Amino acid sequence: MVTRLAAAVLPFLAFLGLSPLLLGAVTRVKSLFAGRTGAPLLQPYHDLRRLLGKQPVYSRTTTWVFRAGPLVGLGAVVAAGLLMSFGGAPALLPFPGDFILFASLLGLSRFATALAALDTGSSFEGMGAAREVTFAAFAEPALFLCLVALVRATGSLSLSGMLREGLPELWRAQGPALLLAATALVVVALAENARIPVDDPTTHLELTMIHEVMVLDHSGPDLAVIHYAASLKLFLFGALVVRLALGFPFSSPWPSLGVFLGGMALFATALGAIESTMARLRLDRVPQLLVAASVLALFALVLLLR
Amino acid sequence: MLLLALLPLVLAPLALAALALAVPRARWRPRLLLVGAGLHAAAVAALWALRPGPTLSGWLALDAAGLLTLSTASAVFLASAVYVQGYLATHPERDDRVFVGSLLALLAAMTGAALAQNLGLLWVIIELTTLATAPLIYFRHDALSLEATWKYLMVCSLGIALALLGTFFLAFSSAGPGGPQTLLLPDLIAAGDRLSRPWVRAAFAFLLAGYGTKMGLAPFHAWKPDAYGEAPGVLGALLAGGVTNIAFLALVRATSVCQAAGEGPFARSALLGVGLLSMGVAAVFMVGQRDFKRLLAYSSVEHMGILALGVGLGGAAAAGAFFHMVNNGLTKGVLFLTAGNIHRAYGTKDTDRVRGAARRLPLSGPLFLLGFLAVTGSPPFAPFFSEFAILSGALGGGRWLVAAAYLALLALIFVTMGSTVLRIVQGEPRQPAEPGFGDVATTAGPPLLLLLAVLALGLWVPRGLLDLFDAAAALVRG
Amino acid sequence: MTYWTGLVFVLVVVLDLLVLASSRLRGAIRTVAFQGAVLALLPLLLPAPAAGEHRVVHMVALAVGALVVKGFLIPGMMLWAMREAAIRREVEPIVGFVPSLVLGALGVAAAFTFSGALPLPAPELHPLLVPTSLSTVWTGLLLVVSRRKAVAQVLGFLLVENGVFVFGVLLSGFMPLMVEAGVLLDLLAATFVMGIVIFHINREFASLDTGRLTSLRD
Repeated sequence: MVTRLAAAVLPFLAFLGLSPLLLGAVTRVKSLFAGRTGAPLLQPYHDLRRLLGKQPVYSRTTTWVFRAGPLVGLGAVVAAGLLMSFGGAPALLPFPGDFILFASLLGLSRFATALAALDTGSSFEGMGAAREVTFAAFAEPALFLCLVALVRATGSLSLSGMLREGLPELWRAQGPALLLAATALVVVALAENARIPVDDPTTHLELTMIHEVMVLDHSGPDLAVIHYAASLKLFLFGALVVRLALGFPFSSPWPSLGVFLGGMALFATALGAIESTMARLRLDRVPQLLVAASVLALFALVLLLR
Repeated sequence: MLLLALLPLVLAPLALAALALAVPRARWRPRLLLVGAGLHAAAVAALWALRPGPTLSGWLALDAAGLLTLSTASAVFLASAVYVQGYLATHPERDDRVFVGSLLALLAAMTGAALAQNLGLLWVIIELTTLATAPLIYFRHDALSLEATWKYLMVCSLGIALALLGTFFLAFSSAGPGGPQTLLLPDLIAAGDRLSRPWVRAAFAFLLAGYGTKMGLAPFHAWKPDAYGEAPGVLGALLAGGVTNIAFLALVRATSVCQAAGEGPFARSALLGVGLLSMGVAAVFMVGQRDFKRLLAYSSVEHMGILALGVGLGGAAAAGAFFHMVNNGLTKGVLFLTAGNIHRAYGTKDTDRVRGAARRLPLSGPLFLLGFLAVTGSPPFAPFFSEFAILSGALGGGRWLVAAAYLALLALIFVTMGSTVLRIVQGEPRQPAEPGFGDVATTAGPPLLLLLAVLALGLWVPRGLLDLFDAAAALVRG
Repeated sequence: MTYWTGLVFVLVVVLDLLVLASSRLRGAIRTVAFQGAVLALLPLLLPAPAAGEHRVVHMVALAVGALVVKGFLIPGMMLWAMREAAIRREVEPIVGFVPSLVLGALGVAAAFTFSGALPLPAPELHPLLVPTSLSTVWTGLLLVVSRRKAVAQVLGFLLVENGVFVFGVLLSGFMPLMVEAGVLLDLLAATFVMGIVIFHINREFASLDTGRLTSLRD
């Protein structure tokens, strides 16, 4: 009983605990590519601790919307994590149709952040929010088409069902379609998490920033919450890609969790490689990339519908 | 020996084309054209008497429709070859190496297409006609002719690519169990309902778009006014009297396969619709057309529409369509050759500035007028009788609405085309004549002879020829 | 085998979409060349309706011919023309990249949805064959009408030919090699003639913008 409970809860705890590590790993890979030693793997944890210890500063023009933004954002992402199955065990709260709630929770998180940015009344943050929402509008169809393609391929309406046994056979039968969907999903993951080639998480040039410019006015614990929520979101998308790409041949939970975490390490490496080797796209090319992702996902769906 | 009789007909012009490209002396090249055209015409005349059987295991064969197309093309080419002697003499500055070579290659391709019984081979040869014509359109080497060449190449190549897809679809329809697995026309027709009908239907749609483009049927006619307008008049004659007829022949072949597979009604109604549309589009664009060569191009769109309409109606109208194919080819020869003469004498194609052609060009002017009367279906010229045959076919089949639309469009076109042509031919020339561009025997003689042929066909059609029309129409009779 | 054939077909369609999305001419030429090379694999992958010694030679000849013409000769010629004529590298679309991608995707979706209406006469053939061919033809036509540059229009023509080629391979069982050779040669000759015309356009207008070819109209 206890082991079964542990098997169910532990992946979720890993999600909550390891996502800053994922971010640290990506940064490390990037610095290795650039020929630097780079920050330690645990640097994101130190950053979070440092920010949590600070006193927040609030502009007098802001209202409760500004303060609620980060918390709502974090809550939505954590709730989305409850629907996602990470390794071995199914999700904590699986139900048919939960993939729609999953996508909406991610949308809610972005909505809260964008609203908080608009609440500052700063033109820069308004610009960032506008860009973020614009690109999200292009990314969401791609995400939904990917998920619908998965629904069609697996016949299951819940995320846990889509990503469970049967996936390896599916790869053998419908490999090209799943490959297309996975490619589209990677593009969506890059866009949703503000990674190169869509956005550069390390830039501080306001004209080109997208996600970072939205959170310029947040400080202290609020900023820590936002950073943490961002790392959780990256972990979520990584989990989706990894689960889809690996398929899970194991029925027992522990090796499965191990394989999953190994897959996440691979994902971090791949992400770091992509970010190091690609140039950032011009802003007006970003919607094109996302439409291309949608088109790929649509093509996957059409292939599966035949 | 007879077995191989068809092959030299294709290969000889090709050899002459190679020779034309190789001959260093410019004076000799136009003579080569004359030799090729004369030999070709003589050989085609011999074919009428001999009627040899299939060659190359049935890939080349002479049937009624092919013989009609081939003879028309050969006659128009002979007239054009004579005309070119005078034409090139007025343009000594232009290099005629590619011009003469391309013309001879075009003759070879037209011959091959008329004889080809394998639909794949037919496609290859029709694509060759596109490639052979492109340098001819660009003969003037200026910006406008370049534009026309580009549009011609792009539109026709795309169209022909669709036709290839249609050809493959047709091959696919025969690939099923029990199918003949071939592209040979007689085998396809013999297979009849063993062909897969959905594929035949799809194939016809693509073939109609593809060869319809080459034929210049609306709505695929975009290249036609530009190419006819910018190319030398002699090329207009060859396109309207040869190449478009070849494309029509290809469509007839496709229709005959459809017919055999039981999709005849589908094919015929598609042809009927496209035919009427072409006539309508031509009528609309002829109104207020101020470039007389483009006017002729739209007239060609109209007549291709009439051909499609005739085959679409089937029955007696189909025989009329083949008669009309011959008549239209010859009459278009008259019109384009004389239009070229008028163009040169006035230095413009603008109908606002061309007046009194009958006075300045005492032969070409009246011939242009007579050609117009012939092509719009005035008795006693032959097109009147062929257009009447199509009309009576429509009435005989009880297609009252089609007949009414056909008559109304013919009348409309007569009025709009007539108003332009009469303005050109009548009145006093405004500017003084340009020296050296008057009528001479080589440029005015060929259209005169072609017109006499059109008149003769109107006055008396030999029994054998009528049988030939019926035999050709039997391929597609509904 | 079927699995790999399916992968080839999907790759061909993805390359179609990539050509629609590419904004650089050289990249687009290379994509089309790659597509041609991928298509050259098809004769070797598709099952033979009537196997035999003669047929193996035939298929290999077709594959090598297609690879040489579609993968090297034509793209090489176009890249050479671009270098010699100093053509600028932008594609210059009339219809933007996103709308053309969406239109392309709709065409692909339609082709894959409705091609079921055409039953395959031989069951051993791959079900993706017909829709792949139709999608590629559609993409090519779209490219011709939505791009301003002459080179890009020729690319569209090549895509159409590639789409038709997918079908031709299928028929090689009973289409004699001569016709196929004729088809490939015609394609080569057509591209050659178009290349020459491109040259003349460039000389005449000092640009390859077919948007300048608009003097002839009614």
